[in-house]
Amino acid sequence: MSYANPPASAHRIDDGAHVEGAVHVHAVSPRLLLTVFGCLLVLTVVTVAITKVPLGAFAIWAALGIAVIKATLVLLYFMHLRWDTPFNAIIFVSALLFVAIFISATIGDSNEYKVNYLPPPGSEIQAPQ
Amino acid sequence: MSHAATNPTVVAAHNGHHHDPHLAHHFETPEQQYQSGKLGMWVFLATEILMFGGLFCAYSVYRHNHPEVFEFAHKALDPVLGGINTVVLITSSLTMAWGVRAAQLGQKRLLIWCLALTIIGGAGFMAIKSIEYNTKWKHNLFPGSYNVYSKTFTGEETPPLDLAALNSEGHHAPAHEAGEAAPHPVKTIYDTRLVPHDPNAGTPDEAKIKPSFATSTGMVTQAPPAAEEHLIYTDLGRDRHHVTVFFSIYFLMTGLHGIHVLVGMSLIYWLLRRAIASQARFFADGLAVTGTGLFFVYLGWLIPLTFLLIGGAIVAAIGIVIALMFAGRALRATGEGEFDPTYFTPVDLVGLYWHLVDLIWIFLFPLLYLIR
Repeated sequence: MSYANPPASAHRIDDGAHVEGAVHVHAVSPRLLLTVFGCLLVLTVVTVAITKVPLGAFAIWAALGIAVIKATLVLLYFMHLRWDTPFNAIIFVSALLFVAIFISATIGDSNEYKVNYLPPPGSEIQAPQ
Repeated sequence: MSHAATNPTVVAAHNGHHHDPHLAHHFETPEQQYQSGKLGMWVFLATEILMFGGLFCAYSVYRHNHPEVFEFAHKALDPVLGGINTVVLITSSLTMAWGVRAAQLGQKRLLIWCLALTIIGGAGFMAIKSIEYNTKWKHNLFPGSYNVYSKTFTGEETPPLDLAALNSEGHHAPAHEAGEAAPHPVKTIYDTRLVPHDPNAGTPDEAKIKPSFATSTGMVTQAPPAAEEHLIYTDLGRDRHHVTVFFSIYFLMTGLHGIHVLVGMSLIYWLLRRAIASQARFFADGLAVTGTGLFFVYLGWLIPLTFLLIGGAIVAAIGIVIALMFAGRALRATGEGEFDPTYFTPVDLVGLYWHLVDLIWIFLFPLLYLIR
């Protein structure tokens, strides 16, 4: 079996298809890879720069929003989810969903018993025994 | 139908078709085998998310309850090194994704280059990470009771008032000059019994209620700066002893992530070895031995231990000799590597793992390094 050297063209998406027995996949074009890479770099700069802006309580959500955009880019293009069977994405997103439930339930729970382990503001700190 | 598919001669005779020797007998087609493998990998990645989810939960609960502690303690982390590491990891993700493409298209030489570059990226990440860890170790910023801020810390050192000075000498330098005497006796400031928590500290009400910074015990403490500008240790009040928890969370999260980077590098090395023609695989081994030797040299310089330096140098020299002996053969024979358009599943799945490691760092970097 001999392989023709396939052209590394951005327009041919199924370059491997002409090989006998080849698994049919979408090979991501170099142009798209570099575009995603550029976006990730720009968003990294943005997430650093945004810390200089006084956003108050909104800062954490801005940082998380940028991180989610970066993660989505990696998932869709570097990890091929955009061209995969949707079942793979469903598995992954359901894991994220359960982590979200886990974290929000735990924070809500700790809010309930916070009064028991944090002294009210202004109270004296007890000397360690 | 293809129960004898692992035997190429039998397969070649079968209907005159060439069947992939990598096709396991319980799969109908390479396509089905590839998709099944990928599905299994995504299930595994989901369990990885759940494992890291526990640490992210610990982070969220502690940050929710003690935000000032995170604001104070995260200054021990260097955002410049963290940012460089983010770029290094994103770049290695690009080379990995390009390597998957190369494997899918049968570009064997390009695949070898991409895998090698990805390993170098991982090694660079770990090197920068170890520089950061070393800074923490030097200043007793360990997890748990070994931390200098812990109530049960037994060392001689006193906990620093401000952690920003650890990273950028001068960037966030304290207000007073180096030659000037410290304005207040430091010892009393650390004593929690002498500094009761002030509910108005850092609020606009403070100036109205308490124009002078005398505490109820008569001790004069350092004037608390505006809270939104610069938190120091004494501002933390009742949360003070939680500073050590930040470092526990930091080391657990970045440590588990670092272990994943090391596992990913090992897997990519395994791919690299298979991507190089079988006769030339000693070349990859030589490179791996060189890397191990250099790692010990680096460790010896870091700790510093002379026998690690010398031993590492010897191991690295042996690795270079092996690599040079087989380099010519490896470069001539790259076309004989294992991965091609009919079989690239391992490259694809290790790629997914490597991107997940990148994904987790994308969240760790702003959450740990960029709190303010």
